[in-house]
Amino acid sequence: MSGSRDGYYLPNPSAWPIIGSIGLFTTLLGLMLFLNEGKTGPWLMGFGAATIIFMMFGWFGRVIRESEGGMYNDHVGLSFRMSMMWFIFSEVMFFAAFFSALFYTRSLAVPWLADTDLLWPGYEGGWPTAGPKGPLPIEADTVVADPSRQFSTIGAWGIPVVNTGLLLLSSVTVTIAHHALKMNERRKLIVWLGITLVLGAMFLFLQGKEYAHAYQELGLTLGTGVYGATFFMLTGFHGLHVTVGAIILLVVWLRCLRGHFKPENHFAFEAGAWYWHFVDTVWVGLFIFVYVF
Amino acid sequence: MATAEVASHEGHHHPTGIMRWLTTTNHKDIGTLYLCFSLTMFLIGGFMALVVRAELFQPGLQIVDPHFFNQMTTMHALIMVFGAIMPGFVGFANWMIPMMVGAPDMALPRLNNWSFWILPFAFTMLLSSLFVPGGGPAAGWTLYAPLTIQGGMSVDMTIFAIHMMGISSILGAINIIVTIFNMRAPGMSLMKMPLFVWTWLITAFLLIAVMPVLAGAVTMLLTDRHFGTAFFDPAGGGDPVMFQHIFWFFGHPEVYIMILPAFGIISEIIPTFSRKPLFGYTTMVLATACIAFLSFVVWAHHMFTVGMPLAGELFFMYSTMLIAVPTGVKVFNWVSTMWRGALTFETPMLFAVAVVFLFTIGGFSGLMLAITPADFQYHDTYFVVAHFHYVLFSGAAMAMMGGAYYWLPKWTGHMYDEKLGKIHFWLTTIFFNVTFFPQHFLGLAGMPRRIPDYALQFTEFNVISSLGAFGLGLSQLLFVYIIVKCVRSGVRATDEVWERPRGLEWTVPSPAPYHTFETPPKVI
Ligand SMILES: [Cu+2]
Repeated sequence: MSGSRDGYYLPNPSAWPIIGSIGLFTTLLGLMLFLNEGKTGPWLMGFGAATIIFMMFGWFGRVIRESEGGMYNDHVGLSFRMSMMWFIFSEVMFFAAFFSALFYTRSLAVPWLADTDLLWPGYEGGWPTAGPKGPLPIEADTVVADPSRQFSTIGAWGIPVVNTGLLLLSSVTVTIAHHALKMNERRKLIVWLGITLVLGAMFLFLQGKEYAHAYQELGLTLGTGVYGATFFMLTGFHGLHVTVGAIILLVVWLRCLRGHFKPENHFAFEAGAWYWHFVDTVWVGLFIFVYVF
Repeated sequence: MATAEVASHEGHHHPTGIMRWLTTTNHKDIGTLYLCFSLTMFLIGGFMALVVRAELFQPGLQIVDPHFFNQMTTMHALIMVFGAIMPGFVGFANWMIPMMVGAPDMALPRLNNWSFWILPFAFTMLLSSLFVPGGGPAAGWTLYAPLTIQGGMSVDMTIFAIHMMGISSILGAINIIVTIFNMRAPGMSLMKMPLFVWTWLITAFLLIAVMPVLAGAVTMLLTDRHFGTAFFDPAGGGDPVMFQHIFWFFGHPEVYIMILPAFGIISEIIPTFSRKPLFGYTTMVLATACIAFLSFVVWAHHMFTVGMPLAGELFFMYSTMLIAVPTGVKVFNWVSTMWRGALTFETPMLFAVAVVFLFTIGGFSGLMLAITPADFQYHDTYFVVAHFHYVLFSGAAMAMMGGAYYWLPKWTGHMYDEKLGKIHFWLTTIFFNVTFFPQHFLGLAGMPRRIPDYALQFTEFNVISSLGAFGLGLSQLLFVYIIVKCVRSGVRATDEVWERPRGLEWTVPSPAPYHTFETPPKVI
């Protein structure tokens, strides 16, 4: 192993990146074939996904060993922290694209479509809407008999407000865990991080229930016009990010059980916590602009 | 602050042959990979441009059918933008930024390797789309809905290729920002950094801000195509114009992603051959930041004819014209740097001066396009094609050529062939203008872009343009020859290479050793 003395650690050549590229390429190639009715698609996707998971175990495992082996000084730690912040910024911009799509459609495109009688005469617009050819919206949280004619939306004050509470609470618990880590109170750390994970899992469970409810009873699907598109893409990508964040925190929790991290040096914990706060903040935006208004 | 000392690598087994390049974590190796990749893509994309120009040599349809013509214009643009120009500048960044700020390497070397090695896979995906049923993407590089909703499986391949390029760009940009913020040698304060480093810092910020937006846009395309969403379908309440808004919110900053590093390179070359420090360093930094900020609020100037409200047309017209101010500051500073300097015109300087002059022409035609009522006439004509080739070829690509000549002696340890370099410069500059200057006239006379056939009155200028394009394409083979020759042999370069150039890269031997600045240099 190449040691780092007391300087900036520069890793030796590594095969993990190229393995990651092969995994990424195979996954996307498989997905592309799957979408175009290719029979090998799912197999390629599975192989690609397995390769990516293998790469993550290998690459992150290596980084964890180097970190626990004391090869990273504060300077390296700062590089990691800065990169995580910029990565989260890129994620913010990804969500910004979908939020912008929501705002643009809702306050510009739909009113324009309703105002002109050239394209779809008689279309009233309004929000929610599934467009001139889509089903008509009815009151929120109402079971719909014929989804081809009507759809209902998910009201803010049922499960969504509970979910908001769960995520906000989990942001608090992860902060308590962080303080415990800094004070070197390991038991407290493990308990509060565990509670965070439970809260995250509860959020995902309830969100899954909402989706089933929307698809089966409310007639609200990804294909329910532009309302369904913005609703499911925003909440769906958010759910995906909660899942990723929960996996990060789960790995961090398992590492805590093994006695990893030091009060003054625990980048992975910080990165996971920041990511968690980020998905929490996005949810607040979703709750306000997708559910309440 | 930045105390960088490097791990000792002695005694460790390093892979050789192909494995060296596949697994390398060295910024110079990765820079070389980026630059070779960029040059390869430049030649492939250039070949596609020649298919386009061959078809347009005469009115009527003779060489390719219209559908293939559209695939060629689309692929040419995608390859040049994402394959040649962007990776080219990242190659320069990899080679030069650690050396310029006195760092031992990039901040995250393994991630650096991944940023590069995603690209060959992305372009394998993109290029192989030419061979699937239905042919390659043919909707233009802007991928406008609803045309891309209707295309075949090649559109999906393009979407996924763009996702991969986006991941590569974002990871690369994160690495560059962190290197600049965290890896500078002691004493290398932000306002002492070479301008190339500054322009890349701002470029990297733009990349992280807008590549995810492009990813979002093509993701919406994908779900509209396969998962029943209605983002761009009015029947479901969506709007195809929304795609244009999201795309150009990415697209305009993308233009600066492709030109700011070029400004950086020019700002390194001109002081060296003027034997004077850069005039107005602080204003250069501020102007770059200003351009980057403005780039977020001008996007709809690409959409003046789409039917926006009058307030939108006016806002985007004025905000676009504002960009002329910081850009003018830059041109002024370059000219002032040369003013009363002890000028010599080696090949890099020739390219730099040509870039200042020709890019400014592209800037002016951009101002013409920014005027909304005038744009109603110019929109989607060859005037636009002429405009963006003046900024992208004689701006970005020629700045990279100049930069290559400027730093090749440092990279290879050999001087390039100065005589051949000058010939390459003159051939490139003359043929470039022969190719693209007539396109201004064609556009003003109303010849539409992206059409394989044209009315008879456009013939003469198209013939001139096509002849120029073939000359321009062939001249680039000379460039490849000069580079290969320089790598293999040539007069030994001194450490300084040029006459008392500024910058840390000239304090290390030529060729630059595999590891530089293992002990950080002292910057005063
Ligand atoms: Cu623009």
